[in-house]
Amino acid sequence: MSRPQTQAEYLARLVPPSVAGINRRSLLAAAAGTGALLGTGLLAGCGDDSGSGGSSTDVSLGSNQSDPKPKEVLVKVTDGFKTSSGVQVAVNTVDHNTFQENINNYLQGKPDDVFTWFAGYRMRFFAQKGLASDISDVWGKLSGFSDAFKKASTGDDGKQYFVPATYYPWAVFYRKSVWQQHGYQVPTTLDQFTALGAQMKRDGLIPIAFADKDGWPAMGTFDILNLRINGYQFHIDLMAGKEAWTSDKVKKVFDTWAGLLPLHQPDSLGRTWQEAAQSLQQKKSGMYLLGLFVGQQFSNDEQDDLDFFTFPEIDPAIGAKALDAPIDGYMMARKPKNEDNARKLLEYFGGKAAADINLKNDPAVLVANSGADVGGYTALQKKAAELVGSATEIAQFLDRDTRPDFASTVMIPAIQQFIKNPKDIDGLTSSIENQKKSIFTD
Amino acid sequence: MSDLPLIQADRAVPPPATTTSTGGRRRRLRLLSRTDRVVITLMVLVPLLLVTGFVWLPAAATVLLSGTNWDGIGPLNEIEFVGARNYSDVVNIYPPFVPAIQNNLLWLATLFVVATPFGMFLAVLLDKELRGSRFYQTALYLPVVLSLALIGFVWQLLYSRDQGLINAAFGSSIDWYGDSNVNIWAVMVASGWRHVGYIMLLYLAGLKGVDPSLREAAAVDGASESRTFFRVVFPVLRPINIIVLVVTVIESLRAFDLVWVVNKGRNGLELISALVTQNVVGEASRIGFGSALATIMLVVSLVFITIYLATVMRENRE
Repeated sequence: MSRPQTQAEYLARLVPPSVAGINRRSLLAAAAGTGALLGTGLLAGCGDDSGSGGSSTDVSLGSNQSDPKPKEVLVKVTDGFKTSSGVQVAVNTVDHNTFQENINNYLQGKPDDVFTWFAGYRMRFFAQKGLASDISDVWGKLSGFSDAFKKASTGDDGKQYFVPATYYPWAVFYRKSVWQQHGYQVPTTLDQFTALGAQMKRDGLIPIAFADKDGWPAMGTFDILNLRINGYQFHIDLMAGKEAWTSDKVKKVFDTWAGLLPLHQPDSLGRTWQEAAQSLQQKKSGMYLLGLFVGQQFSNDEQDDLDFFTFPEIDPAIGAKALDAPIDGYMMARKPKNEDNARKLLEYFGGKAAADINLKNDPAVLVANSGADVGGYTALQKKAAELVGSATEIAQFLDRDTRPDFASTVMIPAIQQFIKNPKDIDGLTSSIENQKKSIFTD
Repeated sequence: MSDLPLIQADRAVPPPATTTSTGGRRRRLRLLSRTDRVVITLMVLVPLLLVTGFVWLPAAATVLLSGTNWDGIGPLNEIEFVGARNYSDVVNIYPPFVPAIQNNLLWLATLFVVATPFGMFLAVLLDKELRGSRFYQTALYLPVVLSLALIGFVWQLLYSRDQGLINAAFGSSIDWYGDSNVNIWAVMVASGWRHVGYIMLLYLAGLKGVDPSLREAAAVDGASESRTFFRVVFPVLRPINIIVLVVTVIESLRAFDLVWVVNKGRNGLELISALVTQNVVGEASRIGFGSALATIMLVVSLVFITIYLATVMRENRE
């Protein structure tokens, strides 16, 4: 293109030919036309905005790992898969919450061949509805998983639909330095636990840090009390809607919790878990029941000071061997475009190589495959892995073990109501039961 | 909204002689060329299609779905109709519903009684051309411009129980966001903070358009400042007043963002819009139940829309 000779020529070039020499009327008509096109385009766009698996790549992976650290780790894992198999993976990362909220539409539209998900009720539900594919043959080639993990990957029909990758346990965390300073001992029964809390109060500490602004952290407390008082099977049946919330067993859980509430940090409904964790970090609180991710609120040189114990036994007949340890992993969509590659990818995700990459790059989680080289674990990770390894049953957390509509629209308001008014347990449980009957209809 | 331009347009066109009115109208129709007619048809048709497709059809679908127990999974022909069960569930066994209705009404009342008049008052002050009025104007309008995420963050910094500025400054330990008796007011302050700026700007624009000679005339007649405002300026601003009223009602009915940022509309911050979102959007997918809530909200909105349209139409007729 030659340079403009005069200023006028230069200015004229700034007007694109599509606009130059157009009159007002044709402009209006064009605008109307574009409007119509835009309208239909939008409508058409609604149908297939989830379909992003291109034919140019060999297998597609829908990922909810939107945080920088896990995202980076996943890239390393898929790179590892590419080197070992030569298959290119197209990773389609979606914001974690958005992914979870849109999962229904996503799976019914054109999902990626493989997608990230969690073990639990929802996994079994998708399997039952035919939204995920049976991958029992992949499991035939996997090794290094305990029975608890295999059980957590199995659908209602006895086939496997899920490959576990990482997990983290829920336990009671504390700072070693604080406990040494006051000479506290790890409690093994509820009475010792209560006595310890009372002692902490006398020592000017908040015994149990507590936060439930976001609605889900307190579910962990309900879960662990239910597991200790009524056991794992009751937890699963209760979450599946098979047991009545008005039963004495559930009331006993709330009763016990009400007895412990005075030891909890007050005004929990306005506090985020991060703030509660910081009160533990600042040595204002004595202990905190949370997932392993509590460590995120501690600086690097404080990590060694962090320790935990599993929630003490309440009923000797039940013991203290079950716990919440949500498992993250992968599933295969129904009718994947590249089924062979998808199965290969899942096999790789479940294998030792992927576990090693995860372990080396992300200290906030534990890897599910016991064949992985655990030499790189921190002391805390090692202890956590031992705790889960010795667990008789692994629960997935209230909102992963039950219907999501029940967890979010019934249980969150109900638990918050309980925290506000722990006295009216009868009214609360009958309200939950009424809503449960309306939701668990099929 | 305003009927002023209409009056001017009427004056601009000379009224046709009554005897030849039919002939005149036919000639005027012929004045439109074919292209004109195509353009006009398109201009009517396209918005009509858009409104039908994006407003009326979804609204009708919502009402239909509210009679079902659809969970968002499976083909549409498997949807089961459950009659009015969702509605009876909403009213009888859904604890957040009654607080949500109360909060929505409280929201409307507070914006109407406190925030809107205050915004108008600020506009009147700024209209006085005080020194630095541009600065105040910007400062007061800023909250309207800020992104939602930022607003949530700003107020979290102020209201946090353990680390917030308010509790730190006054040495109090009020649980601003967590105490269900307090948090609705805390959020209302934040909401009013935004609403005041919005109303102020709207009203200021109106005030700038008031003919100065009206005020001079009132001043010459010996009316005080406040008397001039209430007896002369306020009545002249009737179209703006109606817009401000409508904006207030709309804002309180669709109030949603702040409570959602704070705690997803739970624990004392229930609003109908938040309950709809909790149930329909997201993993919960209680589409039928959420649609029943949305329909209730639609009915409440229709009441206000009807009142508004009736008022506007009555005026146009006068």
